[in-house]
Amino acid sequence: MPFLESIGEATIDGVAYVGSLTKLSIGAARAVFIEPFRGHPMRWPRAIHQAMSVGVEAIPIVSLIAFFVGLILALQGAYELRQLGAMQLVASAVAISMTRELGPLMTAIMVIGRSGSAFAAEIGTMKVNEEIDALETMALEPVRFLVAPKFLAMILMMPCLTTWADFMGVCGGGLFGVSNAGFTWGTYITATLNAIDVRDITSGLIKSVMFGLTITAVGCREGFSTGLGSEQVGRSTTSAVVKSIFFVIAVDLVFTAIFYFTAPVK
Amino acid sequence: MADSITPKSTSSRDSTDVAISVRDLRVQYGTREILHGVNFEVPSGETLVIMGGSGCGKSTLLRTLVGLERPSSGQILIHGKNFAALPDEERDEQLKKMGMSFQSGALFGSMTVGENVALPLKEHTKLDDSTIEIMVRLKLDQVGLSGFENYMPAQLSGGMKKRAAIARALAMDPEILFFDEPSAGLDPIIAAGLDELILKLKKAFRITILVVTHELASAFLIADRMILLDKGYVVANGKPEDLQKNTNPRVRQFLDRVPEPEVAAEIDYLQMLTGETAPDRR
Repeated sequence: MPFLESIGEATIDGVAYVGSLTKLSIGAARAVFIEPFRGHPMRWPRAIHQAMSVGVEAIPIVSLIAFFVGLILALQGAYELRQLGAMQLVASAVAISMTRELGPLMTAIMVIGRSGSAFAAEIGTMKVNEEIDALETMALEPVRFLVAPKFLAMILMMPCLTTWADFMGVCGGGLFGVSNAGFTWGTYITATLNAIDVRDITSGLIKSVMFGLTITAVGCREGFSTGLGSEQVGRSTTSAVVKSIFFVIAVDLVFTAIFYFTAPVK
Repeated sequence: MADSITPKSTSSRDSTDVAISVRDLRVQYGTREILHGVNFEVPSGETLVIMGGSGCGKSTLLRTLVGLERPSSGQILIHGKNFAALPDEERDEQLKKMGMSFQSGALFGSMTVGENVALPLKEHTKLDDSTIEIMVRLKLDQVGLSGFENYMPAQLSGGMKKRAAIARALAMDPEILFFDEPSAGLDPIIAAGLDELILKLKKAFRITILVVTHELASAFLIADRMILLDKGYVVANGKPEDLQKNTNPRVRQFLDRVPEPEVAAEIDYLQMLTGETAPDRR
């Protein structure tokens, strides 16, 4: 019985946690899309600053990782395709894998490491320093003030970063294709464009927006739940990274299933 | 024990003269009650000092008064309105008329001192930037920090941080100012400067001030009225001279700085703080 009880408790805690993430996301969405029309303007300078931090500053590392992932995919794909004499399929294997799955996922992992942890650390430090309490005593809603700019920055920058990661992944695959699979850059790009359709790209971009929401919600939620003392900030940051990775993969599973079951049969 | 020595709420006083009236306030964290029916009033323009040992509930009381904790029962009447029961918009309007200076200062580390002071003005008023700039300079001047607009909080000393926090609390010209341990962690000279500042603000603006502290010298200097909290009960309430004459053993122990007996077990420590009896010892 204690085993069943612990499963029950964990389930209730999990549902409550997801509920708190949803509530936080709804609050942030309201602050971004509704509150500006009710006299509470968006903090645009802060949102732009966050967008720079989340998106622009992440371009070098996302580029490098996506390029390597594209190259690895090409190498792994070629390993099997070579035996079938189908090396010309390397381009489509890389393109579909990157746009549908690995582009959004690897971008999300990078953003979790750079920004999700930073959100938790920033809000956690503010909590420890009583800055969140100070906001509340000044009649400033912490979700509108702190979460909304991050929320907006994430939903704008994640699709941009993902699109760039897709491109860099294709370039990584192209490097192998041109050097080892008999492609020229022109034929590789043509093979890539022939392999993917709009749905591949849009499904990846929809996922990237959902990943952005998830990372923002988990990072901010962990920051707000930071306990007393500076060591708790470290704990919140670690927790934000671990939980974000879990939830991003769970969201990925849900959306991959949705896209699979709603896809038209060719 | 406390009820016998806690004065009854002075209901005869005209409610318009009373800035804050706390009636039978109870606050609990989980199942543990921290404040056990607290009553007191603060007349407009007066300074009330809340004293008490560590863990007696004075910070919880202050957090409840500024809306950071929800009371489990009782009323907090601010200018006659039950603050804890106000709808969100009215509550926000009331908060704009109150200023709070936190123990740590709680300045926003990513903003300059000037931006910290300007924040409530930018968020809650339609003043243009140049007017806000003038008001920020004025507020910093009032707390003796002229010329520090562009400093980051990390570049300020402890006393200067607290002064900057007071400037931010004054930004919206509040009717009531709350201070949490204004002189904690400061040397006596800086602490005396802050006491002087509080007295100056009271004299200049007739603001109602509520200060939580356990610094006796500071408390007796700035207070018009004092209450002493012990284990979540008000054990003394009156003018500073009344407290000096109070014969209650807990009041004497606090004012005469008599140490508590050594506490060996955790359960005894918790019991000492909250006044609750451990379940297994009832």
